[in-house]
Amino acid sequence: MATFKEFRNNLKPNWCPGCGDFSVQAAIQRAAANIGLEPEQLAVISGIGCSGRISGYIHAYGLHGIHGRALPIAQGVKLANRELTVIASGGDGDGFAIGMGHTVHAIRRNVDITYIVMDNQIYGLTKGQTSPRSAEGFKTKSTPEGSIESTLSPLEVALSAGATFVAQSFSSDLKQLTALIEAGLQHKGFSLINVFSPCVTFNKINTYDWFKEHIVNLDQFEDYDPSNRIAAMTKIMETGGLLTGLVYQDKSRKSYEDMAVGFQQEALAKQELKLSEGEFAKLLAEFK
Amino acid sequence: MISQLSWKIGGQQGEGVESTDRIFSTALNRLGYYLYGYRHFSSRIKGGHTNNKIRISTAPIRAISDDLDILVAFDQESIDLNAKELRPGGVIVADAKFSPTVPEGVDARLFAVPITAMAEELGTSLMKNMVASGASWALLGLPLEVFNKAVEEEFGRKGPAIVEKNVEAVRRGAEFVLEQAGGPLEEFRLEAADGKMKLFMIGNEAMGLGSLAAGCRLMSAYPITPASEIMEYLIKKLPKFGGTVVQTEDEIAAVTMAIGANYAGVRTMTASAGPGLSLMMEAIGLAGMTETPLVIIDTQRGGPSTGLPTKQEQSDINALIYGTHGEIPKVVIAPSTIEECFYDMIEAFNVAETYQVPVIVATDLQLSLGKQSCEPLDYERIVIERGKLAREELPPLEQHTLFKRYEFAEDGISPRVLPGAKNGIHHVTGVEHDQEGRPSESAVNRKKMMDKRLGKLSGLRVANAIKADAPHAEPELLIVAMGSTGGTIDEARGRLSGDGVATNHVTVRQLHPFPSELLAPHMKSAKKVVVLENNATGQLANLIKLNIGGHDKIENVLKYDGTPFLPSEIVKACKELR
Ligand SMILES: Cc1ncc(C[n+]2csc(CCOP(=O)(O)OP(=O)(O)O)c2C)c(N)n1
Ligand code: SF4
Ligand SMILES: [Mg+2]
Repeated sequence: MATFKEFRNNLKPNWCPGCGDFSVQAAIQRAAANIGLEPEQLAVISGIGCSGRISGYIHAYGLHGIHGRALPIAQGVKLANRELTVIASGGDGDGFAIGMGHTVHAIRRNVDITYIVMDNQIYGLTKGQTSPRSAEGFKTKSTPEGSIESTLSPLEVALSAGATFVAQSFSSDLKQLTALIEAGLQHKGFSLINVFSPCVTFNKINTYDWFKEHIVNLDQFEDYDPSNRIAAMTKIMETGGLLTGLVYQDKSRKSYEDMAVGFQQEALAKQELKLSEGEFAKLLAEFK
Repeated sequence: MISQLSWKIGGQQGEGVESTDRIFSTALNRLGYYLYGYRHFSSRIKGGHTNNKIRISTAPIRAISDDLDILVAFDQESIDLNAKELRPGGVIVADAKFSPTVPEGVDARLFAVPITAMAEELGTSLMKNMVASGASWALLGLPLEVFNKAVEEEFGRKGPAIVEKNVEAVRRGAEFVLEQAGGPLEEFRLEAADGKMKLFMIGNEAMGLGSLAAGCRLMSAYPITPASEIMEYLIKKLPKFGGTVVQTEDEIAAVTMAIGANYAGVRTMTASAGPGLSLMMEAIGLAGMTETPLVIIDTQRGGPSTGLPTKQEQSDINALIYGTHGEIPKVVIAPSTIEECFYDMIEAFNVAETYQVPVIVATDLQLSLGKQSCEPLDYERIVIERGKLAREELPPLEQHTLFKRYEFAEDGISPRVLPGAKNGIHHVTGVEHDQEGRPSESAVNRKKMMDKRLGKLSGLRVANAIKADAPHAEPELLIVAMGSTGGTIDEARGRLSGDGVATNHVTVRQLHPFPSELLAPHMKSAKKVVVLENNATGQLANLIKLNIGGHDKIENVLKYDGTPFLPSEIVKACKELR
């Protein structure tokens, strides 16, 4: 069985020292090993941004695509080979700005993949512009007078879109983050894990200390019931979205692959492609 | 006796025009006639004039006719709009309900049949289509049993009572019109056909079927005219083969999902029209850069913007060839017949996997939607080639090395391995990368990688990259076109040769990379080259000028009013240009 070290490669991440994304990378590697995966059974699909580089730093199959499109690519990979464990990942701009349409519909579609967002409330790679996750009044290069658009609440959006697994964590809490990724990978359907992953270079407001001060950890509430959607929504609103832990999980809904009529259980990629002569003749007969 | 005839049905959209056409042509197909259909419709679902025209012939035909023999009209508007197309002595069968009249100056016989009344007598005005097609059938003097058989097939699953009612509607329509006309019209008596049922389909169905035969098991797509029938066909079929169709949130999702699935080893395609192709451009670049196979169908329609969504055009050529930023290897093929729609999909998937490139198959609206007879499709020609796809177990990798997915191979085509394979791990990125797929900004590597990717297609020629019919060593005119225009050109050439104009004809099927060396000799031997295309700026002619030259010889005939060329228009243009 592979250890988390076997999910490492020798590429040195080009992230700034202290960037929150390092822990996300480590958590993915640990979670993959903990649930017993071999590197070749995992595919990490990522978008564009500082965070998008993550697929290159994990020893597994991986595709670093285009800005905002990690989710449809990842769904394509999973539909092609449902024996793979598929992670989609990227930044808050990637998933909640340019790729927001895909995020909502991936949630609705419920293909069995895990989506890990490295949410730093800013655009890191393009050097510090506002993101849909930036707080109102947040000053950035593109909002010198402070952001005047309201802040997006991804967890609320996810719940209203019909998400079957919604979690949030924090780069500093490697233990919780790893556990949530494990749970997400094992969830049968689409899982969203939003991770507060501070950008130490361009976001001087939402820092590690700031998060430590503001975050409410759900793990402390023994009576919190993640199967209660209304309670989940209430909790998100009560905490202004600044909560961590497993927020919601619906274990009853089947994944897209299981609901699609006729969709085969074995990996589609393993199928023999050529139709038999009889099958072909039958198809032709319908056009007479 | 005549060997071919044209029939048209017109009415308001949603009023049974489609179904009248379907049942009438299905019955004709049973007799073995060759059929070629043309749909005039608009983007509305209900209301608005619509008409379907079919050409019926004892020999293969691939063109709409200039004129019309029989017009069936559900309203006066259909008569007013279409009567001028009737040849002198043509026939109008119209619903008596609206007291039809023949427009002034039109020489036609009118039969007013109580189409709606008869249908309503039988219980529902929905049966108008049966009365109207029955009347048409009877006027042609064709055997009623054959028609009834078609009706039985159409309605069989709804039970014998429904079949009986529809047969009765047909009988009443036929009887009424025969009494008015005093029997079948002798001048419209068709020579007997060969009695062999042909395949009868639209181009979109042929492409759906071709994809299935090619081993396509997933499709991700967003609905659009005139491409939707492809996904609608495949959603009925793919689940029977373990696969599925995903209707995505947009075309960007459609194409990127297809890229993901192809990367993971399933032949997956998407299909759209101009607006969707515009949205896909960035992702096509990703496929080119990551050397991921990808097949996209573009059913061209009137552009720009929403343009003329239900009309004919061939104006995406530039966008398909040049649309993506940066420089990637890419193949653009344009089938020109219904049979090619089928075979080209097989080739598209094979080329995409063999060369690890995006392949775009571009039709035009007439080819995609015109229902027509199709020659038998040959099972033996379904050959699946997957190129350098590793299938055996791979040797273990040395510590911290990855599978050389982008190895500098002699032919530029590197070995490919699918996710899941042991010892095959490598990285894939749209960022410039080294042989293992790791990001690299090295100038030396950059140049080598660009040359490797762009060199892959040197010399690639799909089957019949051009199709030439060149009987003359030194023709007066070489006519060049693409897509559905070829059939009309053939018909025009017959007339031109009767008038002493010697023409050769080339259909360009591979638009990119351009098969210059195949077309150039044809251009050289001709006095003049006439490039016919359905767009306003001469995109095909420009492509030829760019790749071959011949500026002084090339004449461009452009039609961009939303309708395909008619044979007479080509004859006229060629005579003027000779
Ligand atoms: C289509 C397109 N538009 C813009 C860009 C430029 N761009 C790259 S990353 C990025 C935003 C990055 O922010 P985020 O997704 O939050 O990732 P982070 O760098 O913060 O991890 C932008 C705008 C691009 N690569 N592609
Ligand atoms: S700029 Fe910000 S997000 Fe990007 S690597 Fe540096 S710290 Fe991380
Ligand atoms: Mg960000």
